[in-house]
Amino acid sequence: MTDTANPDTRPDTWTVAGRTFTSRLIVGTGKYKDFAQNAAAVEASGAEIVTVAVRRVNISDPTQPVLMDYIDPKKITYLPNTAGCFTADDAIRTLRLAREAGGWDLVKLEVLGEARTLYPDMRETLKACEVLANEGFAPMVYCVDDPIAAKQLEDCGAVAVMPLGAPIGSGLGIQNRVTIRLIVEGAKVPVLVDAGVGTASEAAVAMELGCDGVLMNTAIAEAKDPVRMARAMKHGVIAGREAYLAGRMMTRKYADPSSPLAGLI
Amino acid sequence: MSASISISKTITVNGEPRRTAAATIADFVRELGLKVPKVAVEHNGTIAPRSSLEQVPLGDGDVLEIVHFVGGG
Repeated sequence: MTDTANPDTRPDTWTVAGRTFTSRLIVGTGKYKDFAQNAAAVEASGAEIVTVAVRRVNISDPTQPVLMDYIDPKKITYLPNTAGCFTADDAIRTLRLAREAGGWDLVKLEVLGEARTLYPDMRETLKACEVLANEGFAPMVYCVDDPIAAKQLEDCGAVAVMPLGAPIGSGLGIQNRVTIRLIVEGAKVPVLVDAGVGTASEAAVAMELGCDGVLMNTAIAEAKDPVRMARAMKHGVIAGREAYLAGRMMTRKYADPSSPLAGLI
Repeated sequence: MSASISISKTITVNGEPRRTAAATIADFVRELGLKVPKVAVEHNGTIAPRSSLEQVPLGDGDVLEIVHFVGGG
């Protein structure tokens, strides 16, 4: 039981690969109407980390605005991803380039298995994770919601495991709370739900299950009002985290009155 | 392999052929109107470290991939 006279006022932070963050919400930077809206949503979300993709520069029009003009990598940690990579080799190549482009070793590894479901190919993911860790990268890894796969990733040098809650971009919410909880219970590294969250209550569910954070893109970018949804997600993550720390009540099969029975008139 | 500074050569950049007289990779990146600190370059299949971009000479037939960060999830 918490000492009510001396409540725990220490800041609730989390640490990945030696870096400490306060916000437990990581947001993507894809699918926005424009960079200005994207930057406003990041601001509203309170996120300290954003995911970014690595792509060829447009050599026919190199003067068009770029992400870095709107979201300052000195203030917000860029987490380069390997979205669109279907083999370990492609993912490794992409992240080597990303490190050269920004000098970061904290990266998001995802190796996809097929376009229809965007489910991860765990064999290729594990292979890439091991190579990257040996090259000094700190890979945060998108994976299936499978506690054994999560353990194997840790053994291969993953600094965080990021199971999907539902297919990428689906907004279906967390489909299997049991496997997410099992991953959280077994992990020695941070666990973040990556993909599947559609609205704020679903971000709260991830946090109530004990996850260290949530990563999302489409739920914010495709909301009618992305900036407002970014704010909602910030509150959803905080609410879920607080509820997890507070420790929820036990459930009962039947009613239990909240008002005293003694003294009834 | 290394061509002299003024010689024009044909290279492949992000899958497209291009003629240039740039002596080094950094010169070529600037010729495109890009800022060297904002991109990463793969030169003939290997990463060209940023610290080397001012020194690495461009040769005829070289293949470059020039990438940067874009929005993504």
